[in-house]
Amino acid sequence: MANEIAIGAAAPGCKKVDPILIADGVVRQFGGLTAVNVEHVEIPRGKITALIGPNGAGKTTFFNLLTGFDKPNSGTWTFDGKDLAGVAPFKVARRGMIRTFQLTKALSLLTVIDNMRLGAQKQVGEGFFASFVRPLWKAQEQQITANADSLLKRFKLDAKREDYAGSLSGGQRKLLEMARALMGEPKLVMLDEPMAGVNPALTQSLLEHIKDLKSNGTTVLFVEHDMHMVRHISDWVIVMAEGKIVAEGPPAEVMKDQAVIDAYLGAHADTDLGTVEIKSIKAGN
Amino acid sequence: MDLISIFSLAGNALISPMTVGYILCAIGLAVHFGYTGLLNFGQAAFAALGGYGFAIATLDFHWNIWGSILFGLLCSMGFAAILGIPTLRLRADYLAIVTIAAAQALRFYVGSSTAEPITGGSAGLSQFGQEFYNLNPLPADLTFNLGTVSLTSGEVWIRIVAWAVVVLAVIFMFALTRSPWGRVLKGIREDEDAVRALGKNVFSYKLQALVIGGSIASLGGMLFVMSSQTNQPSNWGTNFTFITWTILLLGGAATLIGPIVGGMVFFALMTLIESVLGIMVDAGLLPFLAVEQVAQIRFLLVGLILMLLVIFRPQGFSGNKKEIQFNG
Amino acid sequence: MTNPTPVVEALDLHAGYLPGINILNGCSLVANQGELIGIIGPNGAGKSTLLKAIFGQVNIREGAVKLNGEDITNLKANKLVEKGVAFVPQTNNVFPSLTIEENLEMGVFQTPKRFQERFDFVTSIFPDLGTRRAQKAGSLSGGERQMVAMGRALMVDPSVLLLDEPSAGLSPVRQDEAFLRVREVNHAGVTVIMVEQNARRCLQICDRAYVLDQGKDAHTGTGRELLNDPKMVELYLGNLAEL
Repeated sequence: MANEIAIGAAAPGCKKVDPILIADGVVRQFGGLTAVNVEHVEIPRGKITALIGPNGAGKTTFFNLLTGFDKPNSGTWTFDGKDLAGVAPFKVARRGMIRTFQLTKALSLLTVIDNMRLGAQKQVGEGFFASFVRPLWKAQEQQITANADSLLKRFKLDAKREDYAGSLSGGQRKLLEMARALMGEPKLVMLDEPMAGVNPALTQSLLEHIKDLKSNGTTVLFVEHDMHMVRHISDWVIVMAEGKIVAEGPPAEVMKDQAVIDAYLGAHADTDLGTVEIKSIKAGN
Repeated sequence: MDLISIFSLAGNALISPMTVGYILCAIGLAVHFGYTGLLNFGQAAFAALGGYGFAIATLDFHWNIWGSILFGLLCSMGFAAILGIPTLRLRADYLAIVTIAAAQALRFYVGSSTAEPITGGSAGLSQFGQEFYNLNPLPADLTFNLGTVSLTSGEVWIRIVAWAVVVLAVIFMFALTRSPWGRVLKGIREDEDAVRALGKNVFSYKLQALVIGGSIASLGGMLFVMSSQTNQPSNWGTNFTFITWTILLLGGAATLIGPIVGGMVFFALMTLIESVLGIMVDAGLLPFLAVEQVAQIRFLLVGLILMLLVIFRPQGFSGNKKEIQFNG
Repeated sequence: MTNPTPVVEALDLHAGYLPGINILNGCSLVANQGELIGIIGPNGAGKSTLLKAIFGQVNIREGAVKLNGEDITNLKANKLVEKGVAFVPQTNNVFPSLTIEENLEMGVFQTPKRFQERFDFVTSIFPDLGTRRAQKAGSLSGGERQMVAMGRALMVDPSVLLLDEPSAGLSPVRQDEAFLRVREVNHAGVTVIMVEQNARRCLQICDRAYVLDQGKDAHTGTGRELLNDPKMVELYLGNLAEL
């Protein structure tokens, strides 16, 4: 499996057979703290890559840098062969790299269906002059609405279609944000903790949907803490710690890496926590 | 003064071109703040540019009425661009500060002796409405009686035109806000980054909103000065801006009929209060007030109403509480 | 032998945040002395709302909450703390500008004389809080703040500890630590009610659990029963762990 994706052995910063995103020397410092220091990383096209690591490792900051929401101190990166460093975030999205946010940005003051419609790109009706001429955008709007409804059904949000997004629970908002990101038909979708707060049974069905994305040719890069999810769907895992990439490889290999276990996975990953021995403390009173 | 007089005056205030001028400015502000979340505290400047632009084009360039209207609009659009391009990339509060300063600067400039040759300085400009009143199709000797208030043909004409403009503005805004373009604005109002992440050029939309809202306000400014055919710098002080805000919030900031309802209620109320207070003072019921102070009291009330609205009912009469937020 | 009074009893609660809209539509829960109770369920089911309703932070419109038999429905949070109920929220749960020790002190500000005794107890469960007592809470990572927040709740010497998603946002190793800590606290005699999104781990450690769905308790049973129930797996747990 590793040979399909990587050229040579799996190691931090290794080259990929068909990379969609290549980043070099990306550094971001906040005062004295170096939040991100990635020498070289390549994201394989058409695969599902998981980015894991402890809190504070720099994963979200790295996302922000790649998508233009933050400026690095130094570094360059290309997407689909085109230079993307310094490009404004809305243009990055238009080029096909769409991201979600760790702290969900479901637009509470819009309804669920309007949130979804907003996600579609190249909308004729969004131009000022065209917006007055309804016939120009009516057909496209209907198509967009149909796409939106089918996605909402997949994400089990169809019953909430007309509700304001603000009335959804935290997990439902996460789902909405992900569905909305998919409306833009991205080439690379970057999901920041997409399943945080989402019910495990629903997570499982959504993972199937993410796998479908892959079969449609979409590349997926996601940050997650749920190792079962990572193991189940990712083709490749990149581990970050303290701003650097410390390990890369197929999930099974990476998760056996002792350093990764110590810093991140924990020794009890596959054990029943109810059976682990705990220390006995006398009650205070 | 009897009850019929009081209500006639209030009724006249409901439909007067001055009220409409404010209503249009409030509609412009609805576009800025209600729909896009832009904090514009200099709406007076946009209205002033409309009034001055029109007057100058008529008096100095000798353009016809349509050219003059266009010039007024272009002035305010240009102003929006000048204000917007440097500030819209920054935080919302910066626009607020810049608009306050810009409006004041503009007012002092047009009133100054340097600008006098063009703008008439502190005396302002007058007699630029000839062509407008010539377009009046109604018979010249027509009078319309609203209770004890009697309106001449020209006064009726301007009221018809004014309200026609309001209706057109509302239709225009209705079409815009129900469209995908309007949807983007709504998203921007709440969270710009979320909208950027979906591929929309947020800066461009904010600039468009600023220009559109400012243009509607400039039409309001033109109507405002047309009724008296005088345009003076003193018209465009901070009073103007804050009355506009009050009307907007009273009626409902993110709605289209809100500014209309708010404007009508506000001015009818102001007139009623003035009349009633005037009677009470004459009758000796308020010994601590002089007749001249009645006008001042009204402004005290404006401030009070604005405060109470923001605290207790920011959505106004017709707004949706779920949609309003003040944290920019 | 008669059953002792439950420590916490929630009876048929109807509650919500916005007027006219109820999130809880008839929800009940019983926690006996020394039990570790879990609350799990799909998004929007009302798990956090139930916990907050017990703690007086959500308007209870119908139903009642009892603490050791005493009615505490809609009682304000500060009164509940005095009665021995401690709540650890999911976010914003420490004072970032204060040190760890000062955060813990805040826990006993109503009974400052007990500080040393309680501090010793808490640091016996969380030794790191003792060794790093002078560190500012704002410089701690998510998992460490979780620990401080729980420690502070324990300073009150609560009879009941309410936890709102203690594992949220934590990496796997920190999540496991958090769950083991909850077990230790419970083992020391504190009754614990916890809302969790990580249903599998929650069920592994709790005595009994309630599964909430659309504001009602849809299922209940011991942790083991629910973990092994195929219907539960299908509806709520998913079987990713076994794949």
